[in-house]
Amino acid sequence: MTELLQRILPTVQKPARYIGGEYNEIKKDLSDVRVRVAFCFPDTYEIGMSNVGMRILYGVMNQMDGVWCERVFAPWGDMEEAMRANNLPLWALESQSPVKEFDMIAFTIGYEMCYTNIVNMLKLSGIPIHSAERKDLKNIVFAGGVCAFNPEPLADFIDFFSLGEGEEITEEIVTLYDRAKAEDWSKDTYLREVAKIPGIYVPSFYTHSYNEDGTLAAITPKNGAPAVVTKRIIEDLDKAYFPTKTIVPSTEIVHDRANLELFRGCIRGCRFCQAGFAYRPVRKKSPEVLYKQAVETLSDSGHNEITLSSLSTSDYKGLKELTDAMIPYCENHRVNLSVPSLRADNFSRELMQKLQTLRKSGLTFAPEAGTQRLRDVINKNLTEDEILTTCANAFSGGWNNVKLYFMLGLPTETDEDVLGIAELVYKIIKVWKEQASNKKRGLRVHVATAYFVPKPHTPFQWEKQIDPQEYLRRCRLLKEHFYSKSIEYNYHTPDISRLEAVTARGDRRLGAVIEKALENGARLDGWDEYFNYQAWLDAFDSCGIDPDFYTVRGYAEDEVLPWDTIDVGVSKKFLLRERVQAYAGNVTPDCRHSCSGCGANCLLQGVTCDA
Amino acid sequence: MPRLLFEKTGNAVWMSHLDLMRVFQRSFKRAGLPLTHTQGFNPRPSVSIALPMSVGVESVCELLDFDLDGVSVSGEDICDRLNNVTVDGVKVLQAYDAGRKIKELSYLHCEVVFEYDGNIPQNAQASIEQLFSQDSLLVPKKSKNGMQEQDIIPMLRRLEVKQAGERELILDCTVCCQNPSLNPMQLAQAVDRYLPALKPDFAKCRRLEIYDGDMNVFR
Repeated sequence: MTELLQRILPTVQKPARYIGGEYNEIKKDLSDVRVRVAFCFPDTYEIGMSNVGMRILYGVMNQMDGVWCERVFAPWGDMEEAMRANNLPLWALESQSPVKEFDMIAFTIGYEMCYTNIVNMLKLSGIPIHSAERKDLKNIVFAGGVCAFNPEPLADFIDFFSLGEGEEITEEIVTLYDRAKAEDWSKDTYLREVAKIPGIYVPSFYTHSYNEDGTLAAITPKNGAPAVVTKRIIEDLDKAYFPTKTIVPSTEIVHDRANLELFRGCIRGCRFCQAGFAYRPVRKKSPEVLYKQAVETLSDSGHNEITLSSLSTSDYKGLKELTDAMIPYCENHRVNLSVPSLRADNFSRELMQKLQTLRKSGLTFAPEAGTQRLRDVINKNLTEDEILTTCANAFSGGWNNVKLYFMLGLPTETDEDVLGIAELVYKIIKVWKEQASNKKRGLRVHVATAYFVPKPHTPFQWEKQIDPQEYLRRCRLLKEHFYSKSIEYNYHTPDISRLEAVTARGDRRLGAVIEKALENGARLDGWDEYFNYQAWLDAFDSCGIDPDFYTVRGYAEDEVLPWDTIDVGVSKKFLLRERVQAYAGNVTPDCRHSCSGCGANCLLQGVTCDA
Repeated sequence: MPRLLFEKTGNAVWMSHLDLMRVFQRSFKRAGLPLTHTQGFNPRPSVSIALPMSVGVESVCELLDFDLDGVSVSGEDICDRLNNVTVDGVKVLQAYDAGRKIKELSYLHCEVVFEYDGNIPQNAQASIEQLFSQDSLLVPKKSKNGMQEQDIIPMLRRLEVKQAGERELILDCTVCCQNPSLNPMQLAQAVDRYLPALKPDFAKCRRLEIYDGDMNVFR
């Protein structure tokens, strides 16, 4: 007879994402395995399998003797319903074993709006969701990823967090667990020991107390935990573990291609950008190592596309050398080389022509703000001139499509800045009229505005988020000024960005809200099909928590911040200095031009920041 | 034009037709067997699967036509090299030079398995055989213009119901597989519609063999 899961599969969408068995999946003999790790990605298979960090750490853990790391993804709604109807607990793909059988349960968290998925995945596994209810060493739950840089909203659920880049620390965590299991340690003993590993944050070892006005009064460490936990980084990326033999999904995923990481960190310092600060200092891989890894990856996987990834590709010092080597290889092997995130400089334009990947679709700018004044405030050094010159070149080369991304609600923004967006768009249309070589099909300008979300560890971490009504007013104001047929304007609904702002800068009191929102039906919040704002509003209500406290209130500079325990390398002093510069409308030159003293270089011992 | 005979079994049945095409395109690449590409703006490796399969269907008789770009490799070698790099459940059985055109392929021999969690209902075997021995039988079919009623009898060449143990019935049948084609799972839909008491707890399909118009095995 056909087993339960096989009977459910024909009834759900995209069943291939639930059964594993892909090329390069790692299977081990359980009799050789001492530590089983369920590596959970709190979103669907298609998203999770596109995550490079997960691929790296899957390789790191499975390289270890006696350790078997398997993958777990969040089920889509139809599958979740079937699982509940049939009492089928969440399973890992490789062995199809229930998650509950695993020693360690790891999450990688890259987006605030997957917090309900984390709790839901624990629930679907039949594991108590609260850290305090899980008494045993078995089923210990830990998490990493960029959201661990303010882990407080998840403090109730996660036993410990691993901060920063995981190549080395993950091995240390699992090795310690191996010993703990062999020596029969209690969970508490393991937590005390793991807290000694640099980069480990155990939330239950810190007491948070509050003032009458609801702000944090103090964060007090106990059990010998450090007052500040500093994130881990890999100093020499050339020598760091990088898997060139990785799982190739049998079904289509979001980023269905090979991926090559050029460098970590960013020299730009856009003041709203968390990644730009939290991933510092800048460390690059050498073009020789990258070329070798590219060839190995491509010949093993059989992919017909490879992408060069980083926060700002044009800033990679070895770009010319690398692409000079890769272009002939890719041409010979019918591989499409995709180079996203290029700046509008001359070399990039030449490169794009060489790659011929600028198929008539891809011309995208993210000026983020409509006026030079506001772009200076946010330190986004993309000038109107650069945009218009690049557009002119592209239009004369036959392109008729531009995408432009902006944010509304940035600090100091006025209506003049909002309308500056419309002015910029009309200048682009004018350039098209003057330069376009082919006007038959007309011009399409896609404009999208997002609702600014202040993020921890940025110079804007103290800022107010404007309220949703004001955001919508600015959207409508802008819309009224778009009267050309060539413009397609989309704006994000404010609801999700408001929740993102709450969770991004939230504290421990939000644990109850996340739990309640899940009970109310929130999950897969990042998906339009499932996003349920009311479930969240009701949850805030029943927990007596005002979302405005975390959004429109803004944080005082002398306030204790929930993420003060976490050190990402960039000093608070620097962030404050940058905030002053922002309000003064002064740009800070990029790190290659001159070091602005952010402090992240202190994380390096053997090498210097490679800005 | 070279051709593969392959099987798709186990968990690989959950791959869609497009997934399977991609799996083969990548497997050829991994195996160091470059494929020719289609001409045009967006060149694609030339692989073509004779009878696209629904998700969930198992098969031991699939054909895939391909074309190698400037390399000459023996059939056995192609077979081995692909099997070293393919995914669980996809296995190449044979690689050879195809003599016949796919359009000569006419019939498909397959089994539709009905699973009953209790015992098989009484007279099920006879009732099902009788249902399909009628002159016409309308079954809903999803088409481009919404749901349409389709008479499945003209496309059903042979059907025999066998019992396998206490809980399984096997509808052993031969159906038209091209112009027009019958999806064997429509037999299960017919039972659901006309003999609701005999609706199985689970039904699945397995392709066994393919034939030309004269019922000779097609390769």
